Amino acid sequence: MTSVANGNVIEFRNVSYRLSNGSELLHNLNLEVQIGETLVLLGRSGSGKTTTLKLINHLLIPSDGEVQVNGRSTRDWDVIQLRRGIGYAIQDVGLFPHFTVARNIAVVPQIEAWPADRIQGRVQELMKLAGLDPQLAGRYPRELSGGQRQRVGVARALAADPPILLMDEPFGALDPITRVEVQREFLALQKRLHKTVVFVTHDLREALLLGTRIALMEAGKLVAVLPAKEFAGSPDPLVAQYIAAFGPEPNT
Amino acid sequence: MNFWQFVLQNHTEVLELTGEHLWLVGVSTVLAVLIGIPLGILITRKPALNKPILGSANIIQTIPSLALFGFLLPAPWIGERADRLAILALTLYALLPLIRNTYTGIKGVDRSVVEAARGMGMTDGQLLWQVELPLALGVIIAGVRVATVISIGLATIAAAIGAGGLGEYIFRGLAMVNNSVILAGAIPAAILALLADVSLGWLEKRLSPR
Repeated sequence: MTSVANGNVIEFRNVSYRLSNGSELLHNLNLEVQIGETLVLLGRSGSGKTTTLKLINHLLIPSDGEVQVNGRSTRDWDVIQLRRGIGYAIQDVGLFPHFTVARNIAVVPQIEAWPADRIQGRVQELMKLAGLDPQLAGRYPRELSGGQRQRVGVARALAADPPILLMDEPFGALDPITRVEVQREFLALQKRLHKTVVFVTHDLREALLLGTRIALMEAGKLVAVLPAKEFAGSPDPLVAQYIAAFGPEPNT
Repeated sequence: MNFWQFVLQNHTEVLELTGEHLWLVGVSTVLAVLIGIPLGILITRKPALNKPILGSANIIQTIPSLALFGFLLPAPWIGERADRLAILALTLYALLPLIRNTYTGIKGVDRSVVEAARGMGMTDGQLLWQVELPLALGVIIAGVRVATVISIGLATIAAAIGAGGLGEYIFRGLAMVNNSVILAGAIPAAILALLADVSLGWLEKRLSPR
């Protein structure tokens, strides 16, 4: 994928998304994701974060408006090509239970028909990158701890070196200690890789730690987009409300 | 003459009829697998076809077997020979468990796994062959198992239209009012059913994702 002149890798233009029964999950969203940044979509359950994310890789199709990736509407993309240029890591991880760790990480290179030795090298490289013991390569997902599974999920999303990464609460199922650990690793990783990341979470602390900018969503609408550094001090009443609701000691 | 004496005296015929029985069940099961599994896959892709296809298979299942043999009698080519007729009827009966298990097996694959596969850019074919079918295999084999066991029982009725198989002894024994002869058909059929159940059950366990 080529980068675009204005630095916007992803653009939402007046995007609404409705279910077939008419209920609106997303209302008139306008949002840009800039190259190399980590944009966090923050909000509570049902605010439309995941819907927003799935519109990017065309798992969902906008009811109105359009989503552009690299300057081209997702409607005009060959959907398979679009998705192979976008890494995707989700909360339930979605690891293939019948594949070993190595095979899971190798899924995209495999469907892209890389030669076997290149795949093997890439898998080893990614396991190291994601902090996974090489001995785990032959294990099945059920034999891993929650933290290891999440790391495999991230490694898999990075496998074909996609310029864009979509992450839907990828660390949501982890205990607080492991979570902090994985978040730090991700931060270090991102400093080296400079991917364009869209990261969904409801966890304020995670958003502040990982985000370049934070987009707060509520009931299918975008409330505010702010640089992460300015988020906590924002005068916006809805932002203040979310921060207050989260409490002085975020516990997740 | 008791059951054992009858079987020993007629062991070549018992084996021959068992062979015929296996032929009827084997051919019809293979045909049903070749038709039923693709149909099961098809209705996961085209939900509009779900009701007509599963509905038809359901209706076939409700037709009494003797009546189905009778209905098929006038069919060209097939009606000419009793074994063709029996195979067609057994195939039709075996369709329902195969279609249904293929469908529920694929639909039962964890949604997050399917979504991840799609999100990573798998084509529908890759999703099917690399993810859905391997993960649904145990449930699909369970369908083959049910279909085979039902077929082994049903195939005894094929003797009524002269298609052979172990049903020959059952009908002959009924006509002669001779329990030994009935058992000479019923017991081997029951053993076949048990063997099929155990071996396919083993396969089902082996192929189910743990």
